[in-house]
Amino acid sequence: MSGAVRHLYVHLPFCASRCGYCDFVTVLGREHEHAPYVAALLAELELERGRLAPELETVFLGGGTPTLTEPRALARLLKGLPPAGEVTVEANPETVTPALARALREAGVNRVSLGAQSFRPDLLAVLERRAGPDDVRRAFHTLRDASFDNISLDLVYGIPGQSPSDLEADLGEALALGPEHLSCYELEAKPGTRFTHAHGAELARQAEAMEDYFERVVERLTAAGYRWYETANFCRAGGPVDGRDLRARHNLAYWLGRDYLGLGVGAVSTVEGVRWRTTPRLAAYLAALGQGVQPPRELEPLDEEVRRRERLMLGLRLDEPLALGGVAEAIDHGALERLERLGLAVRGGDGATLALTRRGRFLGGAVTVELLA
Amino acid sequence: MRQDEIRNFSIIAHIDHGKSTLADRILQLTDSVAERDMRDQLLDSMELERERGITIKAQAVRVRWKGHELNLIDTPGHVDFTYEVSRSLQACEGALLVVDAAQGIEAQTLANAYLAIDNNLEIVPIVNKIDLPQADPDGVASEVADLLGGDSAEVVRISAKTGHGVDEVLDAIIARIPAPGGDPDGPPRALIFDSSYDQYRGVVAFVRVVDGSFSTRDRLRAMATGTELEAEELGFMAPARTPMGRLEAGEVGYVITGLKDVSRLRVGDTLTLQERPAAEPLPGYKDVKPMVFAGLFPTDSDEYPELRDALEKLKLNDGALFYEPETSQALGFGFRCGFLGLLHMEIVRERLEREFDLDLLVTAPNVAYRVKPPHGDWVEVHTPSDMPNEFDEVEEPYIHASIIVPKEFVGTVMELNNDRRGSFDHMEYLSEERVHLTYELPLAEVVLDYYDQLKSRTRGYASFDYDLAGFRPGTLVRVDVLVGGEPVDALSLVIHRDNAYDRGRLLVEKLRQEIPRQMFDIAIQAAIGSRIIARETVKARRKDVLAKCYGGDITRKRKLLEKQKKGKKRMKQVGGVEVPQEAFLAVLNLNEDKK
Repeated sequence: MSGAVRHLYVHLPFCASRCGYCDFVTVLGREHEHAPYVAALLAELELERGRLAPELETVFLGGGTPTLTEPRALARLLKGLPPAGEVTVEANPETVTPALARALREAGVNRVSLGAQSFRPDLLAVLERRAGPDDVRRAFHTLRDASFDNISLDLVYGIPGQSPSDLEADLGEALALGPEHLSCYELEAKPGTRFTHAHGAELARQAEAMEDYFERVVERLTAAGYRWYETANFCRAGGPVDGRDLRARHNLAYWLGRDYLGLGVGAVSTVEGVRWRTTPRLAAYLAALGQGVQPPRELEPLDEEVRRRERLMLGLRLDEPLALGGVAEAIDHGALERLERLGLAVRGGDGATLALTRRGRFLGGAVTVELLA
Repeated sequence: MRQDEIRNFSIIAHIDHGKSTLADRILQLTDSVAERDMRDQLLDSMELERERGITIKAQAVRVRWKGHELNLIDTPGHVDFTYEVSRSLQACEGALLVVDAAQGIEAQTLANAYLAIDNNLEIVPIVNKIDLPQADPDGVASEVADLLGGDSAEVVRISAKTGHGVDEVLDAIIARIPAPGGDPDGPPRALIFDSSYDQYRGVVAFVRVVDGSFSTRDRLRAMATGTELEAEELGFMAPARTPMGRLEAGEVGYVITGLKDVSRLRVGDTLTLQERPAAEPLPGYKDVKPMVFAGLFPTDSDEYPELRDALEKLKLNDGALFYEPETSQALGFGFRCGFLGLLHMEIVRERLEREFDLDLLVTAPNVAYRVKPPHGDWVEVHTPSDMPNEFDEVEEPYIHASIIVPKEFVGTVMELNNDRRGSFDHMEYLSEERVHLTYELPLAEVVLDYYDQLKSRTRGYASFDYDLAGFRPGTLVRVDVLVGGEPVDALSLVIHRDNAYDRGRLLVEKLRQEIPRQMFDIAIQAAIGSRIIARETVKARRKDVLAKCYGGDITRKRKLLEKQKKGKKRMKQVGGVEVPQEAFLAVLNLNEDKK
């Protein structure tokens, strides 16, 4: 029996320390639990295997810090996962060693997403990151040496105390490494995090001064030849020699509204109109799979109306025009005309597609809210 | 009952000086209320009155003491209801003037005392709360004696809370207040001093029979309004309704009329017999007109029918409430309501929100204006946006303000009054410490936040009362506010020309803060006619993005956008600009911010 899901996400929650701004499901230390957790993941995979297509397009190992997972357990996991065209692992710079890089490569990983965040020691300290700027550069070269030809860097901007020249310097450092892909996120003060408690007021105060950072990021990276293909994501445009599409194919699946299966604590899946989230509690997860049963999950049925709204919301994040066919009912057409008059949106292909203008993309959230019927 | 065994009296006092507590004790001492039915402040029947400790609607209770029939006519305790107070007093021969032994004479003490003197009432001065540690019964008694021109030995000292001295009060009522002196055989006349609405029996009038007598089934006529009715039931309150076949000269009681509209029977009107009408009505009837106006709009436009029903119901019990439908392009359908004053407005608004569970948007209050357009007749304007652009003359209502403050605050009060275009009238020392100031002020300067300012600048020590002084010519202009080039009718205001620039600037500045940045620049302007006097711009947002959105975030991000969408739908649209409701209240807080 086989299904149609072609995208697999695997969550590895372990971290050496918790960054103040993070609101993902993470677990500190507990090395003795890595092996049982991997066993549980593989057990869960067996339970869900029927949903997966015979050939996967993408596998993504996210965290947490996947590369912190005890090496033998990580190797066992990678060996147990089905093969795919794109296999990405998230890595924190301080965990990247030549041995790790080799092991990943040998296990079929062909893309690494490196959490650089910044190259300024003081700003990294504000974010409570363990790696320093040299760690980032060293990790990058180590990966290159292991012949990884598809590396992504994560950068964060809008860090408390970050000046425009700090931002330019960070972008310059990142570009100097020549990554295939860049993800640039504005720092979010997520409610309830330690970071928001400590820096929330300061972030609010500097919001106006940092209003143009997003534009600076886009300008600098596009000027350097990167394609701004998603709100927060950039990739090197395919050149004449090597015409690869360097967009993150796994994430692209989310933005295109494809089905995906998520394994692990707190992982989310969306399959055939149902979304579920597996329990974020490690103990409950291990206990259930130890007995070979499905861990507790929260179900969210997605009706057609909701799915249309999601396709609209996600599709407008991309640079490629969105086909209006499937989302027309989710759109307030009066609003669409207003947005066109304001130069924020354009219809193309005889009205069959919708795309945001450059300014429209900067205002993507507000434009989406306006467009929703 | 012989007329010489009847005494009709009111209790008058400044707010919180103990009027209602004294009334309760009188009822207890005369065995009018069973102990188990005794609730504090029995006469204040509305929930809101009980909570605010003030009396809004007057009522009358009959008690017996030492072979006499005493009618206690309760009076509303606030400036907005001065006319109702004066009608209640006219129904009496005497008044108990209650003064707090710790506070001394306050502005309403004076206002009420003068009203009682104007009505030729015998005043029995009472110093209350003598059991308080900070009480100064002798000092306050001599202050009161000075005010009334009597002897401080005649001042009755009591504690209404403990009941101490209340029997002396009752004895003093019989001894000092004259019996009623109407003509028992003349053509019948009865003064309506209050009314209420009973959902089963219609309008109930509270009356003082002055001449002649009335019987059940008599055909009656209200002399000022011409309303004709039948006395379905007559009786007195004890304090429950107690039917009687007949009410005679000198007596106080109620008349059940079966009328369905409280406005057809006005306080101050005179009832007479259709068969044997009196030649002249009792003096002093006035058609009270609302002086303060505000727009009331439901926050949710679907609640318009509920608001209309609620106003209809309130109006049944409140003849002074005025309302008419109003359509605002910014706020939708609502009502323009007229009130006697600020407290009246506040009470109506609270009752609508509390008793009828309505969510309301109330525009900044304004006063009534009289305007003479070129080649036209004088018209009264109740909404700033109705003020014509061109006019020959305009008049606004003024008040006589009476303020009592400790002497160290005289300077600051004078400064406030000067800022508010007041003209000084009179100053007098009530004692070494306390000063009585009188001013004439435009009512418009008082309706926004005058009372709050007065209280805060005098650390709560000032007491304030006013009565209307009539319309006076003014140098007024209409200031309009334009958002995105379109005038917002709900934000127009009428203001003295000298203040127009300052106020216009403040208003657009405030709006700039209140209107969220949108996807385009928004001009906010203040204008007199076609002349722009102030301008601000809400700059377009440059970014609005959800940074990350991956598989695990989709539900949360979608819900966030859906929530924002709902929020947008609640905002009012003015010329394509979303204006949050708070912005419409911005005008209200302008003066506070100026400080």
